[in-house]
Amino acid sequence: MLGGYFLFASEKEEALTFTFVRRYFIPRLIQYFLVIFLGITAVFFIPRFAPTDPVQRTIAELRSRGTYLDPATVQDMVDDLRELYGLGGSWLEQYGTFWKRVFTVDFGISFFQFPTPVIDLIRTALPWTLSLLILTTMLSWVIGNVIGGVAGYFARNRWLRILDSIAMVIRPMPYYIFALALLILFTYVLRWFPIAGGTAIGRKAAFNLDFILDVLKHAFLPALSLVILGGVIWFQTMKLIVQNVNAEDFVQYAKLGGIKERRIVFRYVIRNAMLPQVTGLGLSLGQILSGALITEIVFSYPGLGTLLFHAIITGDYNLIMGITAISILAITTMILVIDLLYPLWDPRVKYR
Amino acid sequence: MSVLTAEKLKSFYVLDILGAEKVVKAVNEVDLEIRENEIYGIAGESGCGKTTLLKALYASIEPPLRLISGRVFYVRDSQEIDVYSLSKEEKRRLRWEYIAYIPQGAMSVLNPVIKLKQTYRDFLDSHVAGKTKKEAFDMTREHINKLGLPAKILDAYPHQLSGGMRQRVTIALAALLKPRIMFADEPTTALDVVVQRGVIQLLKGIQEILGNTIVLVTHDMGVHANLTDRIGIMYAGKMIEEAKTEEIFGNSLHPYTQYLINSLPKFGDKGSRESAPGSPPSLVDLPSGCPFHPRCPYAFDICTEQMPEFLDVGNHHKVACWLMKEGKDAIAS
Amino acid sequence: MVRVVKDLFKDYRFAFSFSIFCLLVIFAALSTFSPYDPTFWFHAPRNLPASWTHFLGTNSKGQDIFWQATFAIRNSLIISVIAGVVSRVIAVLVGLVAGYRGRTTDRVLMFISDGLLVMPLFLIIVLLAMLVRERMNLVNLGLLLAFFGWAWDARVIRSQVLSLREREFTQTAILSGTGTLKLVIKEYLPFVTPLVFSTLINNMSWAIGMEITLSIVGLTNMDIPTLGTMLQWAISYQSLLLGLWTWLLTPVILSIFLFIALYWLSVSISEYLDPRTRVQRVGEK
Repeated sequence: MLGGYFLFASEKEEALTFTFVRRYFIPRLIQYFLVIFLGITAVFFIPRFAPTDPVQRTIAELRSRGTYLDPATVQDMVDDLRELYGLGGSWLEQYGTFWKRVFTVDFGISFFQFPTPVIDLIRTALPWTLSLLILTTMLSWVIGNVIGGVAGYFARNRWLRILDSIAMVIRPMPYYIFALALLILFTYVLRWFPIAGGTAIGRKAAFNLDFILDVLKHAFLPALSLVILGGVIWFQTMKLIVQNVNAEDFVQYAKLGGIKERRIVFRYVIRNAMLPQVTGLGLSLGQILSGALITEIVFSYPGLGTLLFHAIITGDYNLIMGITAISILAITTMILVIDLLYPLWDPRVKYR
Repeated sequence: MSVLTAEKLKSFYVLDILGAEKVVKAVNEVDLEIRENEIYGIAGESGCGKTTLLKALYASIEPPLRLISGRVFYVRDSQEIDVYSLSKEEKRRLRWEYIAYIPQGAMSVLNPVIKLKQTYRDFLDSHVAGKTKKEAFDMTREHINKLGLPAKILDAYPHQLSGGMRQRVTIALAALLKPRIMFADEPTTALDVVVQRGVIQLLKGIQEILGNTIVLVTHDMGVHANLTDRIGIMYAGKMIEEAKTEEIFGNSLHPYTQYLINSLPKFGDKGSRESAPGSPPSLVDLPSGCPFHPRCPYAFDICTEQMPEFLDVGNHHKVACWLMKEGKDAIAS
Repeated sequence: MVRVVKDLFKDYRFAFSFSIFCLLVIFAALSTFSPYDPTFWFHAPRNLPASWTHFLGTNSKGQDIFWQATFAIRNSLIISVIAGVVSRVIAVLVGLVAGYRGRTTDRVLMFISDGLLVMPLFLIIVLLAMLVRERMNLVNLGLLLAFFGWAWDARVIRSQVLSLREREFTQTAILSGTGTLKLVIKEYLPFVTPLVFSTLINNMSWAIGMEITLSIVGLTNMDIPTLGTMLQWAISYQSLLLGLWTWLLTPVILSIFLFIALYWLSVSISEYLDPRTRVQRVGEK
């Protein structure tokens, strides 16, 4: 009867998919490599623009600790350190060596834990950070969004308004202060949790329940800190988004159609409001990672954060650069993954 | 047999703008009786309160819209149900099963992130318990096919379809549970003429198959002529004339209706068209008495003082105009 | 203007946070009356509890905690003001130029801005801070933070400029021969200024948080009392274990109040400016 009015031919579908790949995936891939390139170049150049030479400074620090250095040894040290920091040769040569090292994932020798290669130190710490980061980010994102979505929908509910007030107090806290507050409260005052570390001292890694419980006990507070701080932000932004989505035609229509409220809240409101939150997640990964590192420092959690802390204290440039480079790599990759997965959530992307 | 009645329905928007309270009298005491197995049209200019009337009849009143007074009855299994006395859940259950609504701008009412079959399923599941996925899908597909739409649209997302197609999908969705009453608010607006024809035929087809009632709101008199059995003319929140479609077009009695009909182009007639002078009144600041009197060529004193009653002048032709009582001689003179 | 302030005070958040902020500023101003030089140690007996001579007691370095705190707040505020103001200037410049020029300039500037937003700033700031460690003082730290704090607001200002560009008065101005610079400054600035103000407060809050965080890794100048350094000294002297609560909690509580005050200020101001919520507010009267 009236069927011929729209085009849904399969050839057009194919053509659209191809354009989509071209217009969506490729630019993002290019951007990905560009950002990594520029980011790591920046990491390379920053120390070289410093008013003080890291080598000189390391010597100065050694001196300040009271070590006696006679002039001949000092010159040898300077040469060795220059080599260590990759500061030998012209800038172009240095740059070349630097990239060679990046590709072989060789960030040099750590000063702090001489002579362990930086990459080994990072390799030990990375799983701790990654697991904490990924778990807490996902938890805070999902919980924050769902509660925020419900709060935005049932705007007049008293309990949800109380939650909102709590959020208004927690939101402005920087990671450090919040983690510190939790530390003081739960380990000193209440003594419910261990003070520091990833496991009890001297424990060997093993896949038994005992070990896992121990890890969880140590990871609980840092995770709690991250989930609450992250969750509060998602809660507030989601609430705002939902206020807009509530007014959308298709939500009004679902109400007119007598669709069960629960389904409206989840499949119509939250499902649509999540979309900008996915993009938001990608954008905030940098801040979330920074926050995770800081939180780790407060709890002496054996991840990249604590490693970074020691690196700063001992002036270990190689280690710091290694951590920075890995972080940039990790974040841009996660953003790329989110970008590539986004079309799965929003079917409209293909057709823009 | 009436299937929906409204008694002295008054529904206003109460707004607070810059500190002052403004009341928009969108539905200003309306009485209606809609019968089964008919297509009832509601016509009038934009801003006369048609959509609000539908919302009030559907009991979908949310602030700043308020029900001031009046009642609405549905008739189900020979029982009168006072809609406004129902609980939220009872109202929800009536929706779609007994009465369905096709809102204005039906092209953007579908959830953009789920496929159409899922949307249909949502409506089904919320009212009919216990259908398995397959049963629901088969029911839907059969329904769609019956109405002449291709079944493969169910696998599409809304944005993959054209505006006209989405309109038809929404109309088909309204008919899914075979409701006794269907409200359609401006179903043909913003569509090109060819697609309009498709929509009109679809509505006609549904009414024939289901034998139910369709209340059609539109300012397009051509659509009314094509589809409706009876028409009610609204002006400034009031029903001012109601009669069979042929009567309205051939023998309209209210001056406003006459202007409305006369302004329609007739095939072959190349004379100039005259429309009512002036513009419709603001619903916030209504004139006294009959709201049409400032623009009416026949207005006399009583028109500025009192609102005429909505009376049956014979042959189920109702008019609200002082001309019917006092004025017949006045016109003659 | 007076009406604006009166309206703002109707929001309890603004009233509360404004009073707290004023109190804290007064507290910071008290530092001018401090009987002790904040950089000296041992001008009082160590680890005394709160008393009338020493309102919050003394710390392990023999300093009066109360007067230290006044300096701490003062310096933290100074850092944040420097960081906030300088980064506003950068943000406005970048936002105006990117929004007005468009095309390539816009894309390049936004690429840089997005890059700064996405990167783990903490690490990059750490790198830079490590290098200028010797020269670290209030001003330098403020400038360092300013260098990174403009990205988000540049984008906000840019979208505002983009919408302004489409408006009629722009065309009128251009057609009547107004130069670009004059147009931008005279016509757009009044629209941009309120935005700048609310983001300034946010930025100040971020800067203080950053300063505190950099202090735990020892990258700020430990001799200058700020909220961060005070906290760091307290921690490194094991105030937790020794139960020297006033020393530890004073900077913590002061900074918590400061953060809440700044945040509530910025939220109430930006909600006030948002045209959508303005209509809702009208309905509430």
